[in-house]
Formats: sequence, structure tokens, C-alpha cells
Amino acid sequence: MNLIKKLYAGSIYLFLYAPIVVLIVFSFNDSKSRGSWDGFTLRWYAELFHNSEILNALYYTISIAVLASLLATIIGTVAALAIYYHMKPFQKNIVMNLTYLPVLNPDIVTGISLMLLFIFVKFELGFFSLLLAHIVFNVPYVVLAVLPKLKQFNHSLYEAALDLGATPRVAFRKIVFPEIMPGIITGLLFAFTLSIDDFVISFFTTGSGVNNLSILIYSMARRGIHPTINALSTLLFGAVLLLLLIVNKRITKTEMN
Amino acid sequence: MGKKWLTYPYHIWMALFTVIPLALIVFFAFTSPTGEFTLTAMQRVVDPIYLGVFWHSIYLAGLSTILCFLIGYPMAMILVGTKLKYRSMLVLMIVIPMWMNFLLRTYAWMTLLERKGLINIILTSLHLPVVNILYTDYAVVLGMVYNFLPFMILPIYSVLMKMDKNLIEAAEDLGASRWQAFIKITFPLSLPGVYAGILMVFMPAVTTFVISRLLGGGQYTLIGNLIEEQFLAVGDWNFGSALSVFMLVLILLSLGFMSRYEKENEGGMFF
Amino acid sequence: MEKKVLIKMDHISKSFENNKILNDITLHVRKNEFLTLLGPSGCGKTTMLRILAGFEQAEQGSVFFADTDISLWPPYKRKINTVFQKYALFPHMNVFENIAFGLKIQKVHQKEITNRVMDMLALVNLSGFEHRSIDSLSGGQQQRIAIARALINEPEVLLLDEPLGALDLKLRREMQSELKKIQMRLGITFIYVTHDQEEALTMSDTIVVMNNGTIQQIGRPEDIYNEPKNAFVADFIGDSNILPGRMIADYRSFFAGHEFPCVDSGFSINEMVDIVVRPEDIQVVSTAQGMFTAVVQTVTFKGVYYEMAATMDDGYSWLIHSTKMAMPQTEIGLCIGPDEIHVMKQVQS
Repeated sequence: MNLIKKLYAGSIYLFLYAPIVVLIVFSFNDSKSRGSWDGFTLRWYAELFHNSEILNALYYTISIAVLASLLATIIGTVAALAIYYHMKPFQKNIVMNLTYLPVLNPDIVTGISLMLLFIFVKFELGFFSLLLAHIVFNVPYVVLAVLPKLKQFNHSLYEAALDLGATPRVAFRKIVFPEIMPGIITGLLFAFTLSIDDFVISFFTTGSGVNNLSILIYSMARRGIHPTINALSTLLFGAVLLLLLIVNKRITKTEMN
Repeated sequence: MGKKWLTYPYHIWMALFTVIPLALIVFFAFTSPTGEFTLTAMQRVVDPIYLGVFWHSIYLAGLSTILCFLIGYPMAMILVGTKLKYRSMLVLMIVIPMWMNFLLRTYAWMTLLERKGLINIILTSLHLPVVNILYTDYAVVLGMVYNFLPFMILPIYSVLMKMDKNLIEAAEDLGASRWQAFIKITFPLSLPGVYAGILMVFMPAVTTFVISRLLGGGQYTLIGNLIEEQFLAVGDWNFGSALSVFMLVLILLSLGFMSRYEKENEGGMFF
Repeated sequence: MEKKVLIKMDHISKSFENNKILNDITLHVRKNEFLTLLGPSGCGKTTMLRILAGFEQAEQGSVFFADTDISLWPPYKRKINTVFQKYALFPHMNVFENIAFGLKIQKVHQKEITNRVMDMLALVNLSGFEHRSIDSLSGGQQQRIAIARALINEPEVLLLDEPLGALDLKLRREMQSELKKIQMRLGITFIYVTHDQEEALTMSDTIVVMNNGTIQQIGRPEDIYNEPKNAFVADFIGDSNILPGRMIADYRSFFAGHEFPCVDSGFSINEMVDIVVRPEDIQVVSTAQGMFTAVVQTVTFKGVYYEMAATMDDGYSWLIHSTKMAMPQTEIGLCIGPDEIHVMKQVQS
């Protein structure tokens, strides 16, 4: 890489990371306003564990993300199998287009359409409507992650298993399932990250008292975000980085062996 | 495998959560608050005031998309050109910022852009003129570019990575200079990635209401803000739905225009 | 008549990440020559081609083209064109646009482009294909387009990197003779890379056998086959029996537990050597007449001859091509004439 390329790439990374660095630095700032630096402190981190509003939002964010991504993964995987094995081409075409729809649909449209649905059928807006909405927008990503793995799967392997005396059920569990597992994991992780970061759809489909972190941040943004949020995000971001590092280490290790 | 019934649950799922909700929006767009068929809401959408809002949204999102392309394409090329050892790390570093809450990152730009914010402190210490772009269109465009740039870089990067390097060598072998090889071979073949990138930047940019709310200040309304207001502040579901339908039609038209380039990669841009 | 040297590779060395790919290669290519670089995969033959084309630069040594040092020239300045292994046809252009690419870059007049593309299509027997898209063509047709595209620039040297590797056997045979015809008709130099010894023997004027980044032998096909310089060449070109042996004295070799008269001299006494005997050079005779005996293990009918594997008591085994057939488990006598024993200095590998 020559100098110009390095400078270019460097300024792109600076651009991408500048706000994150600012957030992290301000989580240690001994001042409530975002405008001034009054010295180093850890008090926002301590306060974090006594702020019920933030802890509540954290609880909802994580429980919704875990439940929604798990349920979406089950639904999406079954759907992908049904699409791949049991649909005629024209049917597949329609279903695939409908599957794409929520992916391509702007979040705001998905959000208000689900809100309208919940209100229309008198389904109370709250934890369960939020959970359901998250499952709805997660499912297509799981389907789209699992389907390519099914397409790559060599169908002779399944037939070989049958030929060697396995029942279809056993052949599926022992042969097909392990092969599409990477796709399922990808889908699960994708669903989880989408869910944990979602704002727009949650904003429209939640009820009073049930806030996730994004909604809380949005409601705080105008009057100024409390530094404890910065502290919490720094912790979450650090946790993600740590996780990535561990995963990366393990991948390079297995590659080396 | 003849278990056709296995397909029913997914059919029902999609009918319930994809088709019916969208149908409801269309229904509200063409009815009055009392439930009778009417075109009043749709007529209001084409009022010059609201068309102006549409235009403003498209203009800012389009500008952001072009900027993302101009900034992102060279970056994708640089990534492709780096040594294998560092490449996956550098690509990962493009994705990592997205792991921090999107609203918070946008909020952080407020801190950076303020009159007495970090950027102006640095500018002043270098004896340069200060910039005051917070709560203007410039800040909105900056926020869009910031948030969606990775969505431009990644699909272009993945297309460039998959491209047969022999093609560029063949072009150079046949007498094309580096620049000619880029214009005639690399760029045309990377277009699917560019289209995917444009789609993935333009769509969220044109419908956002968060970036404009945080960085743009109240007077700069985008179509997303208008729709949000109708549902959550004004309570006019019919007009809100009509605006959504009009926006969807515009998006579908542009999608249809691009879909012919998208045939080959069936959603492969995500994984 | 000796033709003049067109390309000189002078002490070329190249490594990738501490792996020596080419080790001090010196090679002269004459005008109008059909020269083949032959060797197993990873022997460095493709890297040599890439250095000639200008896609890679040598770490040491220089490349001369008609006495000009072109080592640092970019590919587009060289009067050398390449036919790529997987064709590298531009997928977003049709047949005509692919072939016309080089001329368009040179800003040749549109009318002349059309004429020359049509000539090229005729040359490769694909007239009428100009508007076809690349993915509608078969492998063999794509191959021809790739050749036409490279030839239209009227290069003085054409580099071909395993161009027939992806074709089936029958098509490969056809294309071999067609390529040879094109080369003779246009009178340009071909440098051809392959790992297929039969292809190399059929088409080439000169064969360069390579292994581990070094040249093992340069010569006419007949010489390479009949007089392999070392055990590697012997083993790589055609089937061979290669045995460890030693020279007892001039014209007397010892291997497989027996002494054999041979035609080689100049080795030191008891020098360890490699002995190469071609399977078709072993005569099958009765046990009484044989210089030694062996027991037949397997027999395969190969059309013109039988291929037999036979083992001696002390474990040496022989591959024999003979028109005579012996049943498995029978003992046969074998003879090897002095001319048929190739004695080679041992190679360290």
C-alpha cells in the first residue's frame, strides 16, 4: 500500500471511529453536559447500576433480542426447508418475493404497518407486540441465510444416507442439518444484531412503559443524553469487541491446525 | 418428499405479517377516518408543500448516495488490494462501528459538530475558520453518509473480490493501460455491487426520520418525519398511510429499474 | 538454418513469500519457434509465462526482447499477448467486442476493426459468431475466441497457459493440430505451458522440462524422449523403470542384483547412478534365455501391446510393454540391450 492509499483508508477509519471515540471519552467525563470536559470519573459507570430506567431498557433490549432471534431462527429455518423442498418453482418465486419484501421495505413502513395490524386486531401494544414485530423482521434474514446453504448442499449425501439404511428423519438430523448449520448460525447472529440495534420498528410497535435502549436514547436525545448511557454503550461495545477478538483468535487457531 | 402441508405455516405467517399489514396501509390510504372510500388523503399527498418534502428527501438521500459511492468505491478497491493477512481485519473494522447503537453514534456527531464542539476546537487551534453546520442539511447529509457508508463499501468490495483478476491482466495484455482496464473492465463488472450499494444507502436514507430529527433540526422535515408525525403526533392515519403508499410506489419504481441488474445475486450481498 | 533469438531470459529468479519459484532460469527462444514449458504443477512454468507477459517482475535477472531489456515494461507495452488458462473473456462484452478490444484500445478505424475481427473469426472457424454472448459458447468455442482476441494485436509472441486444460480429450486433440496450423500459418513464436507430456511431444519444436523452479532439460521432442538427461525427465516423459545402480567400470553397470553391459563411460568407479529403462525396451524371452527372471504379477491389454508388471526375487519390479503375453504368476526371462540402458547422474531431490 502506498502512502496515498494509507492516508485515504486512514481518514475513512477516522471518520467511522471519531464518534465512537467521542462517546467512550465522554463516558469518563465528570460533567453532565456534552460540551465540556471536567476531568476523569467513573461515576457514570457506578450510577449505571442504580438507574432503573436504563437497566429496564437494557433488560428489554436483551430479552427481546434473544427471544426474537431464537424464535425467528426456528421459524426461518423451517420456512427455508419448506421453500426448498416442498414448493413448485412458481410458488417459490412468489414466496421468495414476499420474503424479500420486509428486507427491502423501509423500516418505517414495516413499523407502521405492524402497528396498524396490532391496533386493528386489538392486540395490546407492549412487550409481546414488540417481540412479535422483531420476529417478523428477523425471519426473512434467517431464510435468506439458510437457503443458500441448502442450495449448496449436495443432495447425493442425503440419498447416500438413505441408501445406507438411515430413515429420512435420521438422514436429515445427521447429514442435512450439520451441513446447513453455518447458515442457521449466520441467520441467528444477524437476527440478533438487527434486533438489538433496532429503533424504527420498535418505536412504532411498543407500548407505554416498554422501552428498549434505542427508544430511550431517542427520547433523551433532545434534552441531552445522560452520560450513563455512554457508559453502558462503552461497556456493550467493549463486550462485542472482546467477543470478536476471541472468535477471531479461535478461527485463526483452527485455520492454523 | 411429498409433505406439502409443511409449506402452510410459512404461507400463513407471511399472509398475516407481510401481506395484511401492507394491505392495511393501502386500505387507510384510500379511506376516510370513518372508513369510506375516498381519494382525499392521496390528493393531499400531491399538494406542492408535500411534494416539496418528497423532493427534499430524495435530494438529500441522492446526494448522500452519490457521496457514499464516490468515497466508498476507492475504499473498496484499497481493501481488495491489501495483503491477505490484513484484509479481513480491515474489512471487519468497517463493520465494527455498526455494533454501537446507531442513535448514539448519530448523537455523537452533535457533540463533534456543535458550535463549541470538538471539530471547531481543533479548527480554532489550527487558526482555521469554524464550521457551523449542525441543524442544517449539511449535517443531515453527513449523518447519512456516516451511517450508510459501510453499506456502499461492502457490496462493492465483495463483487471486486469475486472478480477474476485474469480479466484485468487480459485487458492490460491486450494493450489497455491501468486506467483503461479500470474503465472498460473493472468498473462495468463491478456494477452489480454498485447497484446493491446504491440500494442499501438510498433506501434507508430517503426514509429516515432519526438522522434528520437529531442533526437537522425541526425546520428541515423529511418524508420520514412527516409520516412519523401523522401517526404519532397528529393521529391522521389516513394521510400517513397515503404518504407511505406514495413513497413505496416511488421506491418500487426505482427498484424495478434496478432489478434487472440484480437477477444474479439472490440476496447474496448479505452473506 | 539457425533462426535468430527473439526472447532471452537471463538468470531469472523469483520467489513468493520465501518460496523459490524460479531459480536462475536462462532460456533463449527463437523466432517462429513453438516452445513448450513442460512440468508438474508448481514447477514454475506459469510464473515464467507471467514474467514474460509482464504481470510479474523477476527479482533477479532480465528479460530481453529482440535485444531490448523489457524487464520493467508494463504488459500493455509488450508485443506479447497471452491466452489465459480459463480464457479470461470479458463477460460483459460479446464475441465481436472481445476480439476487437485490443484494436479499440489502439483507436484503430472502425472499418478496419470490423474487417480484422471477421478475418480472425474465420481463422478460428467461428465466422457468424460475432454477436453471440460469451456464456452461450462452449468451452472449445471460448478457447478459440480467446486465441483470436490475442492474435488480433499481431503479437510477435503468443503465450499460452495450459489453454486446452479444460477441454475433453477429443476436442483437445483437434485443437492441438489447429493451434499448430495457426502457428505455422502466421509464423509467430508460441510459448506454450502444459503439464501434459503427450501434448508437448506432439506440438513442440522445442521442449523445456522444468521441475522445482529449474530447467531440467531443453531439447527437441525426440531428444527429450530418447535421451532424457536425468531420472526426473525420464520419469516425467513417458513410462520408465528407474532403479538405483552403480557403475562398476566404463561400459559395465550393476543394478537389480545383476551386471549389465552398457554404452556409458566416464563415471568414477562404483559411482552411484540412476538407471532408466523404458518399458518397451525390455524384451520378454524364455527363462533360459533371459539375463534375469521375474514373476508376472499383472497383465493389462493396452491395444497395441500388453502392459505387464513383474517382480524379481529380491523385490525389484519392472514395468514391461510387450507384444508377447505371459500369464500372471508365470516366470519369464527378460533381456535389456546395452543401448537401452540409460545411465544418469543421481539428482538430489
